[in-house]
Amino acid sequence: MKSLVALLLWLVAFSAVAHKPSDSYLTLERQGAAVQGQWDIALRDLDAAITLDANGDGEITWGEVRAKRAAIAAYALSRIDMASGGTACPLDAADALIDQHSDGAYAVLRLSGTCPQPGPALSVEYRLLFDIDPTHRGLLQYIEDGRTHSAIFSAEARAHTLGAATGWQQLAAYVHEGVWHIWLGFDHILFLLSLLLPAVLLRRGGAWQPAESFRGAFWDVARIVTAFTVAHSITLTLAALDVVSLPSRWVESAIALSVVLAAINNVFPVVSHGRWLAAFGFGLIHGFGFASALRDLGLPTGSLALSLFGFNVGVELGQLAIVGVFLPAAFWLRGTWTYRRVVLAGGSALIAAIAGIWLVERAFNVAILPLSA
Amino acid sequence: MSRFCPSACLVLTLLLGAPAFAKPFLPIDDGAVLERLPEKTDPSLRDVKRLRAALDRNPGDITLAARLARRAVEAGRETGDPRFFGQAQAALAPWWKQPDPPAQALLLRATLKQSTHDFPGALADLDRLIAANPGDGQALLTRATVLTVQGRYAEARADCARIARLTVPLVRIACDAAPASVSGEAASAYRALTSALAAPAADAGLAAWGETLAGEIAQRRGDSVAAEAHYRAALALDPRDPYLLGAYADFLLDCNRPAEVVPVLKDYTRNDNLLLRLALAEARLPELRASFGAHRSDLEDRFEAARRRGDTLHQREEARYALEIAGNSGRALALARDNWQVQHESADLRILLAAAKAAGDAAVLQEAGEWVRAHRLEDAAITALLR
Repeated sequence: MKSLVALLLWLVAFSAVAHKPSDSYLTLERQGAAVQGQWDIALRDLDAAITLDANGDGEITWGEVRAKRAAIAAYALSRIDMASGGTACPLDAADALIDQHSDGAYAVLRLSGTCPQPGPALSVEYRLLFDIDPTHRGLLQYIEDGRTHSAIFSAEARAHTLGAATGWQQLAAYVHEGVWHIWLGFDHILFLLSLLLPAVLLRRGGAWQPAESFRGAFWDVARIVTAFTVAHSITLTLAALDVVSLPSRWVESAIALSVVLAAINNVFPVVSHGRWLAAFGFGLIHGFGFASALRDLGLPTGSLALSLFGFNVGVELGQLAIVGVFLPAAFWLRGTWTYRRVVLAGGSALIAAIAGIWLVERAFNVAILPLSA
Repeated sequence: MSRFCPSACLVLTLLLGAPAFAKPFLPIDDGAVLERLPEKTDPSLRDVKRLRAALDRNPGDITLAARLARRAVEAGRETGDPRFFGQAQAALAPWWKQPDPPAQALLLRATLKQSTHDFPGALADLDRLIAANPGDGQALLTRATVLTVQGRYAEARADCARIARLTVPLVRIACDAAPASVSGEAASAYRALTSALAAPAADAGLAAWGETLAGEIAQRRGDSVAAEAHYRAALALDPRDPYLLGAYADFLLDCNRPAEVVPVLKDYTRNDNLLLRLALAEARLPELRASFGAHRSDLEDRFEAARRRGDTLHQREEARYALEIAGNSGRALALARDNWQVQHESADLRILLAAAKAAGDAAVLQEAGEWVRAHRLEDAAITALLR
């Protein structure tokens, strides 16, 4: 009976939670590739994690902290990861200083790091102390272009992606990334080119003839580009919002396959009139590829729609620029033997060969070409 | 100097940024004590560390995890330090999200949810426990406590009646006195509780709990002589219990004896609730103006820190701070109303009423008056506010 009484008691008086809970204070300031910061972590919390009170007398002295300064920095750095542009930004911490907060003494770590490929967003993953105290919070102040944003890391929200300062700057940054992604993503360009190459020609009686009017060629191109755009916008949005997700190896292999098929179709034509349908169907797959690139850049929490929109606009602008250069040149050259034999047939065969190698590389996860898209 | 100060010092403070925290520094003396851990005051708290190390070596051992969680909850209750509750939660991590964990983990989980004011979550766990084992006295007592906080007095009393066979009379009577005393039966609840307390108690902690409750009931009934006797009896048994210290300080403040609050609370400034009471006492003592100023700014910092982390656990205290120290009745009312959405203790109603009165919000006053009538709440301070 007595043990039941004792057991019952500790449950009852509960309005007692009245101390300040465990928080750390993280400030990060980004300027281009460089990240500077400061991280204040309560000595009590560090003691719970790596035992600062070496002699166990219930008091943490400066001597005890000093002896563990390297361990404090190593522990803290092992609990945070930063990345920008899909690449990790390694962090360093100087030896800990001390600061007094309203609820006790904190170790102060001065942080510095560099992002080798800075993108518009910085993603931060924070894991400090959640294993010891799931009610711990990391209170983040993020400074970029003189503007301060705040965010809270908790056991449920361990990662935040922090965007550029204003909406416009952020939009511009994502438009820029979108343009570069299509220009540097050779697989998308080659797919588009494979579909566009025959647009200035007409297939008559098993042979290629030059298109009669620029107008006809223009509308053929417009149909293909629009179908491709609508399709990849749909899947890019669905994937970026995590509505649909596909394994990236599958997506990348399918993109390579789409390039192979589109190029081979130019050499041994099977589909000649409904190329916009192929653009739409394969465009759906390319959208998933765009989404994984966008995910690598990081989508700022809180302005997801803006970044998604900006990136998509960038992809379209980049695509239009390619079409703008391609169409007049192709139209001008369309009647030549060179265009039909070298550019269309030879170029398509080359594209099919390159994409075939990508397909093998991606499907079987091996490296064949020195520089693969 | 002081002649220049108002403008010059303001400019200087603004220029230097008046930071919430001082500049980081490098201590010189190796022997300088930077931080005192809770185990400095109570060496038995080392158990928590020891059990944590043991669980690290045997993760997934539910008996060990439950022992650690129970010890950490105890430590949290004794010290008022939420880090211990967090450590208890960490110990239960493998079972924290499970829909149907073993009973010992479920009970601790309910207790922890209650400590973070997740009352619906706590009730769901307790309902499950009681459904599986209708004779689980601990779960019944905890559920009665949660229901009382929510103002569901009839259901709370039904649970208290069910534990009669499971424990000593004092537990059952105190369990019932808490809801009964705020729902029209204060006199009989008080009588039953004091007569149960007159019998020799097997457990000092249990007696201290009963005396604290008796003190609160006597205080609400306007009997300050009896209330003081109960609080003193409780303090003799458990002089460091933060809940009791807060209740006693509130009693002294109600009796307009602020000078007596200071020696009781001066060593508990880390506890926000107790720091608030200390500051409330100092505010009424002109000779302690300097100390009041420092404590006031500490409180500001703590509330700001809680806001930054998104905590709403201290809305009752923050409302009281806003009303009685900052003199911001609008903010006090907003906080008190949010708090009233979550908990319905008489202290919650009292701050709601006081803030509504100061802010001149007739609708809230009327709503509160209706609650008092509907539940036949007897509380001298609330009656005075409604007059």
